[in-house]
Amino acid sequence: MPVLKNKTPIPEQPVEERIKNFEEVALGYTEEQALIEANRCLQCKDAPCIKGCPVNIDIPTFINLIREKRYDEAIKKIKESNNLPATTGRVCPQETQCEAYCTLKKIGEPVAIGRLERFVADYEINRGYDIPKIMKKYNKKVAVVGSGPAGLTVAGDLARMGINVTIFEAFHEPGGVLIYGIPEFRLPKRIVRTEVEYIKSLGVEIVTNIVVGRSITIDELLKEYDAVFIGTGAGAPQFLNIPGENLIGIYSANEFLTRVNLMKAYKFPEYDTPVKIGKIVGVIGGGNVAMDAARTALRLGAKEVHIIYRRTEQEMPARYEEIIHAKEEGIKFNFLVSPVRFLGDIEGRVIGIELQKMTLGEPDESGRRKPLPIPNSNFVFSLDMVIVAIGTVPNPLIKMTTPDLLVDNRSGVILIDKNTGKTSKEKVFAGGDVTSGSATVINAMGAGKIAAKNIFKLLVGE
Amino acid sequence: MFKIIEKKALAPKVKLIKIKAPLISKKALPGQFVVLRIYEKGERIPLTIADKDPSEESITIVFQEVGKTTKLLGKLDTGDSILDLVGPLGNPSEIEKYNVVIGVGGGVGIAALYPILKALKEKGNYVISVIGGRSAEYVIFREEIEKICDETYITTDDGSLGRKGLVTDVLKELLETRNINRIWAIGPTIMMKVVSDLTKSYNVPTIVSLNPIMVDGTGMCGGCRVNVGGKIKFTCIDGPEFDGHLVDFDELLLRLKSYREEEKLSLKLFEESEGEEIASFEE
Repeated sequence: MPVLKNKTPIPEQPVEERIKNFEEVALGYTEEQALIEANRCLQCKDAPCIKGCPVNIDIPTFINLIREKRYDEAIKKIKESNNLPATTGRVCPQETQCEAYCTLKKIGEPVAIGRLERFVADYEINRGYDIPKIMKKYNKKVAVVGSGPAGLTVAGDLARMGINVTIFEAFHEPGGVLIYGIPEFRLPKRIVRTEVEYIKSLGVEIVTNIVVGRSITIDELLKEYDAVFIGTGAGAPQFLNIPGENLIGIYSANEFLTRVNLMKAYKFPEYDTPVKIGKIVGVIGGGNVAMDAARTALRLGAKEVHIIYRRTEQEMPARYEEIIHAKEEGIKFNFLVSPVRFLGDIEGRVIGIELQKMTLGEPDESGRRKPLPIPNSNFVFSLDMVIVAIGTVPNPLIKMTTPDLLVDNRSGVILIDKNTGKTSKEKVFAGGDVTSGSATVINAMGAGKIAAKNIFKLLVGE
Repeated sequence: MFKIIEKKALAPKVKLIKIKAPLISKKALPGQFVVLRIYEKGERIPLTIADKDPSEESITIVFQEVGKTTKLLGKLDTGDSILDLVGPLGNPSEIEKYNVVIGVGGGVGIAALYPILKALKEKGNYVISVIGGRSAEYVIFREEIEKICDETYITTDDGSLGRKGLVTDVLKELLETRNINRIWAIGPTIMMKVVSDLTKSYNVPTIVSLNPIMVDGTGMCGGCRVNVGGKIKFTCIDGPEFDGHLVDFDELLLRLKSYREEEKLSLKLFEESEGEEIASFEE
C-alpha cells in the first residue's frame, strides 16, 4: 500500500458552534484515525524526528506501539521523556520541531506526531494513569519555584529519580501558563489538572499561595533545601508605553487571559471575577498569545476582533494552525500598522486607536524584516477594547530579593549555563521562560530536563 | 485554608478579622498587603495588613463592606476559613528617622496607617496623626493611634467627634505652623488626592498607599497600573506606596470605576440569594 501523502485530518468542532463556546476546538483522533496515521510512519532507522524534539521522545518507537495497538506501552514510552504528554500533544509547535524533520515531508505532509501523542495521552487519561515505581529514594530535598511546564518537568523527573521535591506556586492553582494563559478551547483545564495530579502522584508536594521573593526568599529556601530550581516563567506583561494606555478597556493579554482562564470570568456572575468585552476589539501583537486573546474575546461576544500587527502574516510568530483557526473563526487581520496612541472618552474609556502605516525594511536581529513607519500615514481606528499582546518578560521579584543571582539587565532573564541549567548562585538552577524570555511550553520542559539531570548529579552524583 | 481566629465590628460596615497565617505573620512589614480569595468562585482582592502578632501567628485586616466579596467576608465568623491567602505583597514602607511626621488617615485607611505610624514612632520620629470619618462611629483605631502618636487630631464631617470638618483642615493648619518632614496619607483615593494637592504647595514629601483594582498582586497582569510621574507603575510590585505628588489621581479615580456595572450586578445577585451563597462556600 502506498504511503498516504497527507495527514489524517483531526476532527474539529464546527466553526459556527465553537465560536460560541469554550470547548476544545480539535477533538482528537479516534482509534481508527490514529491507526491510519500511525501507519504512515516510515520507521526511519536514523529517526530524524527525535532531533527536533526538545525532550527527545523516542517517536518512531511510540508510533510503532500505536500501530500494534499497544497503547499502554506507547504512553509509557512517551512518559520516559515527557511528563506532560496530553499538554504537549495539544500545544507544541510540532511543525517547527519533530514534524519539521519527518522524512515524509519530501513527498507530502509529515506524520501527525503531535496528534498521535495526544491520542495515547488521552487514552491513558481516560483509563486512569499508571504511577511508575520509584526504585530508590535519596535523602535529598529540592525546592522548585513555579509550577508551569519547566517546574513540573523538573519536579517530575527528580521525583522519578528518587529526590524529594516541593513546588512553590504563587497562584492558588498549579500549572502556571497552562492554567492562566492558554485558553480552555486549546488546552482544557481538566487536562492540566490531570497532568498536575500525575506529578503529585510521583510524590511531589505542591504548595500554592507562596510568592517566592515575597513570602519567602531564595536564600531562605536554600537553608531548608539542598537545591533550588527557578522556573517562574516570563510572567510580567509588556506595554507599548504610548499615550492613553491606562484608559479603561485596555488590558494586557496576561490580565485578560488570567481573568478568563484562571478566574473564570467567562462564567461571570456565577464566578465573581468580571471581564469587560467590547463590541470592537483590537488585539495588538502577532504571537500565539495574541491569537488566544482574540479568539477568547470573540467567544465572549465581541462583534469584531481585529489583530493589529506591525509586520505581515509571514513574520507572525504565531503557530500556523492558530492563525488558520483564528481566520476560520472570523478574526480580522490588519497588517503593517503600528499603534501611536489611544483615544478615550470623558469617563476614561478607550474609544479609538491611532495607527501608523508601516513598510518592511531589512531583517533585524530577530531575522524578521523590520517594520519602518511611513510618514504622514496615521489614521484613527474606532474600537472599544484593546488587548496588548506584545510579549512578556520575567517577573522581577526574585531578582529584587536575590542580589547575587546574575540577571541580564536588558531582558531581565536569569543567566544560566545552558548545558546544565546552573545559575551564578550556588545550588540554584533555572530554566524555561525565566531564562529564555517567552518561548514555548516544550522548550521550557527541555530546559527542565537538563536542570533535573544536573541537580541530581550535584546532589547524588552520576 | 486560613482560619479566622477573631472578628470584631469596628464601625457600621467596617470589620476587623484576625487570620491565622504563620508565614505571612512572620514576614509582614508595615505598608504591605495580602491578596485573598474567600471561596472557589471568588475573586482575588487586595487588603492592607493592619497588624500582625507572630506569637499567635496571625495577621489583622480591616475592611469596609462595599461589594459582594467584602460583604461575604463580613459574614464569616471566628472559626470560618478563607480558601486562599497570599502575602505579604508589595514593598514595605520606608521607615526612617525623618523627625516630624504626620499620618493622615480616613475611613479604613486609618487601620492601614496604624502599623506605619507605630514603626515610625519606634524609629524615633515625632508622630502626629490626623484621622477622620463621617461621624464619631467611623473613626476606627482611635485608641491604638492615640496610644502611639505624640499628638492626635480627629475630624468628623458632622462634628460628632473632634473637630467638624475634613482632615485637610487640620493638616493645613499644621503645615502653616509647624515644620513637617514627611507625611503619610492613607484613605479614600479622593482624600489622598486632596491631601497630596495641599502638601505639594508646602513642598512636604507625601506618601500615599494606593488601592487600585488588582488580580494577582504579583506583577503579572498590570491591572493595577497607575501613572506616577508620567511612567506606568504596577501598584502590586512597584508600590503600593508612591510619592503622592507624582500620582495621577484623576486617572486612578476613573480606573477604579472600570467594573461599576458588574460590581452592582454581582452585589444584587448576592443579596437576592444570600442564604444559598453562604451554604455553597461552606461545603
